[in-house]
Amino acid sequence: MADTYPDVTADTGTDLDTGTITMRVTRYRPEDGELEPTTQDYQIPLRKDWAVLDGLNHIKDHIDATLSYRWSCRMGICGSCGMLVNGEPKLTCEAFLTDYAPGPVRVEPLANFPVIRDLVVEIGSFMRKLPQVKPWIIDEAPPPAGEHRQTPAQVAEYQQYSMCINCMLCYSACPIVGLDEHFLGPAAIALAQRYNLDSRDQGVLDRLEVLSTDEGIWGCTFVGECTTACPKHVDPAGAIQRYKLSAATESLKAFVLPKSRRARATNGPAPAKEGDTP
Amino acid sequence: MTVKDAPGGYTDFHPRWYRRPMPVFWWVRRRSYLAFVARELSSVFVAWFVAFLLLLIRAVGQGEAAYQRYLDWAANPFIIAVNVVALGFVVFHAITWFNLAPQAMVVRMRGQRVPPSMIAGGNYLAWLVASAIVIWIVLA
Ligand code: SF4
Ligand code: FES
Repeated sequence: MADTYPDVTADTGTDLDTGTITMRVTRYRPEDGELEPTTQDYQIPLRKDWAVLDGLNHIKDHIDATLSYRWSCRMGICGSCGMLVNGEPKLTCEAFLTDYAPGPVRVEPLANFPVIRDLVVEIGSFMRKLPQVKPWIIDEAPPPAGEHRQTPAQVAEYQQYSMCINCMLCYSACPIVGLDEHFLGPAAIALAQRYNLDSRDQGVLDRLEVLSTDEGIWGCTFVGECTTACPKHVDPAGAIQRYKLSAATESLKAFVLPKSRRARATNGPAPAKEGDTP
Repeated sequence: MTVKDAPGGYTDFHPRWYRRPMPVFWWVRRRSYLAFVARELSSVFVAWFVAFLLLLIRAVGQGEAAYQRYLDWAANPFIIAVNVVALGFVVFHAITWFNLAPQAMVVRMRGQRVPPSMIAGGNYLAWLVASAIVIWIVLA
């Protein structure tokens, strides 16, 4: 059958002088009785506009169709293509092959998750942690009739933490996640902060129960690698430290203030300013 | 070989996952991991300084002779070596701590977020002032 689409790999117009690069890819095929992962080298064309994911797609389409990996959007928004590239957690659709030239470029599954096959990891632990932090707006009061408006300042308060794409690069980067599988982890805590800092939310104290524990914020020792790894500049490490500060203030307040005065954690949203009408 | 015949009990519904063990020396693999372990370790030296100062206070409380014995003990080359190492770790502890402070603190002045460099700068300034006061007390 004739190819309907032009074969992009045959187009040598953008090939760099170097020509090819080796991808050293982790393989794990339990269905074939393999007990441990192995690596396999593939020679692929080195093109200026190719990301590691394009290299994997080239392998899958032209060299070895048995390779398994996850991807979807190719534009850094779905969060499914996270892998270790030369040992660093990366979105493979954003990591350009030329940055790893002359190679070989090592591609491994994300660390701190069990491997199902090749580059595909099992993410159940993460999926079970996320809902524990109650990532939704908690408010006893009935919702307003129209929109629930916010000032730009109120939105700016939590916007950074709402940019998370659940790519789990931060879980792969965090040694605490590797050492303690029950640690809630960077993205989940940043997500809790996203709701805590939302002016429409009243759930700070609800979340504090789950988060102010050894497996929540106090498990974090501020290694800071989650923030380095995050492709969306969420700064989960910062979120956790802010949380620690407000949790500490909160328990201090609980100690010295009567119950009625214990409102929002200290890092709560800025009050709307005058003339700042929604 | 079909999927179910494969050794190791692999089935369609229960794939055998591979769990990578955490290497014992995971913390030497990356500079930030090493810095983190060193920061954790430095708290031992912070505790040592606290103990050292408490001993000093106790010696002062017990009078002239005890104070002199404390000074002789502190002048012992081994204790000096320990204190030099401890000083290094405590300075490392303080500097990494101050550099991390802006990430943990959100300070507002007149509705504006204070820039991170000012928060770190404020910490260093406080450190300098405190050190100056201590030096002044010691020299005065
Ligand atoms: S916080 Fe960043 S690194 Fe972690 S899952 Fe979200 S987007 Fe990915
Ligand atoms: S493929 Fe969607 S983030 Fe990379």
